Amino acid sequence: MEHVFEHVTPFVGYVYPNETDFPWSQLIVIYPYITGLVAGAFVISSLDHVFNIKSFAPISRFALLTALCFMIFAPSPLLFHLGQPTRAFNAVITPHWTSAMAAFGYVAGFYLCLLVLEVWFAFRADIVAMSKARTGIMGKIYGWLSLGSDDLSEHALAIDHKVARILSMIGIPAACGLHGYVGFVFGSLKTREWWSSDLMPVIFLLSAVGSGVGLVIVLYVIVSKFRKTPIIDETMRGLLYVMFTGVAIVMVIEGLEILEMFYKAREGIETVRELIAGPIWVGMYIQWGMSVFALLTTSALLVLNVHGKRLVTWLFLSGLAMMIGVLAMRWNVVIGGQELSKTMKGLLTFTPELFGRESLFTVLIISICPYAALWLVTKLLPPWGEKIEPESRAFDVHKLA
Amino acid sequence: MTIQDKKLEAQEVPLSRRRFLGLLGKGAACAGAIVGAVGAGNALGAAEAGSGKHAYQQNDKQYAEAVNDPPKIPEYNWNDHQWAMGVDTTRCIGCLRCMEACKMENSVQMDANHNRTWVERYVYLEGSNTALIDSQADPKNIANAGSETKFRFDNRYKDAKVEKAFFVAKLCNQCEHPSCVEVCPTGATFKSKDGPVLIDTTYCIGCQYCVQACPYGARSFNESRGTAEKCNWCYHRITKGLNPACVEVCPTGSRVFGDRNDPESPVSLFIRNNHVQVLKPEMGNAPNVFYVGLDKEVV
Repeated sequence: MEHVFEHVTPFVGYVYPNETDFPWSQLIVIYPYITGLVAGAFVISSLDHVFNIKSFAPISRFALLTALCFMIFAPSPLLFHLGQPTRAFNAVITPHWTSAMAAFGYVAGFYLCLLVLEVWFAFRADIVAMSKARTGIMGKIYGWLSLGSDDLSEHALAIDHKVARILSMIGIPAACGLHGYVGFVFGSLKTREWWSSDLMPVIFLLSAVGSGVGLVIVLYVIVSKFRKTPIIDETMRGLLYVMFTGVAIVMVIEGLEILEMFYKAREGIETVRELIAGPIWVGMYIQWGMSVFALLTTSALLVLNVHGKRLVTWLFLSGLAMMIGVLAMRWNVVIGGQELSKTMKGLLTFTPELFGRESLFTVLIISICPYAALWLVTKLLPPWGEKIEPESRAFDVHKLA
Repeated sequence: MTIQDKKLEAQEVPLSRRRFLGLLGKGAACAGAIVGAVGAGNALGAAEAGSGKHAYQQNDKQYAEAVNDPPKIPEYNWNDHQWAMGVDTTRCIGCLRCMEACKMENSVQMDANHNRTWVERYVYLEGSNTALIDSQADPKNIANAGSETKFRFDNRYKDAKVEKAFFVAKLCNQCEHPSCVEVCPTGATFKSKDGPVLIDTTYCIGCQYCVQACPYGARSFNESRGTAEKCNWCYHRITKGLNPACVEVCPTGSRVFGDRNDPESPVSLFIRNNHVQVLKPEMGNAPNVFYVGLDKEVV
C-alpha cells in the first residue's frame, strides 16, 4: 500500500476528506502570539508616554523597543506559511476588501512605521548625544540615525516628547486594532464553531495584553539581573496592577465564551465537549492552569501588599505563567478550531512536524529572532536612561580591534 | 481598481481574448480521457505500473503550457449561461467513478486528502438513530482497496443489520454567496458570471483562508503548486458544451448538469420536478448544487 498515512491527520468520527490535510499549522499559532506580545508591550510603554504614570518610566522605552523588535518578526510566520510567499504583496497591491485578511499588510505596515517613528522621537536625544560621544563608524551610524537633526535645545526636546506622546496615543488604538483584527480573522469565520464567536477579538486583545505584560516583566527581571541593576519596586507594583487586571478580565471573558457555547448547545456540542476532553485537553490544562496560577499569585501579591525580592520572584513567575498560558490558548484556538471537524461529527488530532518549512524548528527560530533583535537594538539604543559616556561604548570598533 | 473589478470589467470581452482557461490552469486537460473513464480502474493501474506513479496527470510542463497558452473558445459568452448541478442521492450506488474521473480529468493530487468531489456513505444500523458515515478517504476503505488511487468502499456492513443506507455525492457548491471568495485577500478566487467559482492559480498566494472558510470542506491545498484547489464543474469542458467529467461518467444518472437559463435543460427539469434541498442552508451561502433525498444526518 502506498503513502496512505503519510500526511493524513488521524481522526475519529466523520470528517470531510479534505480536512485531513491541516490548513493552518503551528506557524499560525505563533503569529497571533507574537502580535499579542507586541500589543501588550506597547500598552506598557504608553502608560508612561501617554498617561504619564511615572512608575512605568524606567521600562517605558525598553517596552517600546520590545514592541518594535517583535513587530518586525510578526509577519514572518505568515510568510513561511504561504504556499506562494513571493506573491505575498498581491494582497497589498490588489487588496480584496471583503476579506478580513486583506488589510493585514496595511495594518501591520502602518503599525511598524508608527513604532519606528516613536522609537526615533523617544531616542533622538540619545542618538544625538551618542553621535557626539562615539568615534569611528559607530559615531557615523548615530550621525545618520539622527537624520541630521542634532538640536538638543529644551524647545526641541519638548517637541520630541510631544510628538512621541501623540504617536503613542495613536499607537494604543492601533495596537488594539492590530490585535483585535487578528481575533476578527478567526472570529468572523462562520464555518468553525470553535472560532465563530463575537467575543474572539476581545479575547485575543485582552490575552495579548496579559502575555505582553508578562513578557515585559520577565525581560525586565532577567535584564536587570544581567546588568546588575536594582529592580525598581514601584515599577514592579505597577506591572502587578496591569497584570492582575489583564488576567482577571481575560479569564472572565474566556469563561463566558465557553459558557455561552455550552449554554446555546447548538448541533454538535457533544463533539465540542469531546474536543476539550480529547485532542486539546493538555492545552486546556496549561491555558487554564497557568491563568489560575497567575491570577492567584497576583491576587495574593496585592492582598498581602508584597514588596521587594518576594514581589520580584512571584511576579516573574506569574509573568512567565501568563506567557505560557497565552501560548497554550493560541494553540487551543488555532489548532483546536481545526481539530473540530466542519462536519461537527468528527475530531482530528494534529501532530506538528519537527523539521521542515512549517515545523516546530521554524517556530523555534522565529521565536528566538525577536529576542536576538532586542538584544542588538538595546545595544544600539540603550533604553535605560543612563548618562551616555564615551567609555560605555557598546559597538566600539577600537575595542573590537 | 482591484483585480476583482478588473475581472468584472473583462467579462464583457469575448472569451477568445480572455485567458480564461489560463486562470483555471486546466486548459490542456484532455476531453478524450473521459471516454474510457468508466472502466478506468484498469487504466489507473496500468498508468501506475507503467510510466511513473501518476502518469496520466498533467506534469509541471503541461501545466505551465496550459496556463500560458490556453485554448481559445470564441463562441462562448459567460453572460448567456447560468450553470447548476443536481444530485439525486436515491440513484447513487457509491461506485466512485465520479471521483476517479474527476481526479483524472483535473489532475487532482492522487492521495486521499485532496478531492474535488467525493461520495459519503450513510448507514443506519438497526435500532440506531444516527448514521455511521464514511468516505473513500477512510483508512479502512483505502486499506481494503490496497491503494488511494483505487476508489472503492469496503464491505464492512456485510454481516451487520442495516436499516437504511444511502450515498451522497459532494463537490463544490459554486455558491451564490461564496465564503471562499469573501475571505480571499487578493481576489484570486472569484465568482464567474456563469456560476462557477474559479481560482486564478497564477495569483493565489496560498494562505488557505478559503480552505478554512468553505463550510463544505470542498477546497484543498495543492502543496506542489502552493495554491488552493477546488471543483470548477470542469470549466474547460462546460464552456465547450460538454458535461463535467463526474456527470459524464455517472452510470445511474445521479448527477445532473445544465444551464438554468434553458428551461428544458436537465438541471432545470430536475429542480422543477423535484423537491430539492441544498446543504447547510443556514450558512447563507446559497449553494448551486441541488439535492434530492437528503437525510437529517447529512453533513
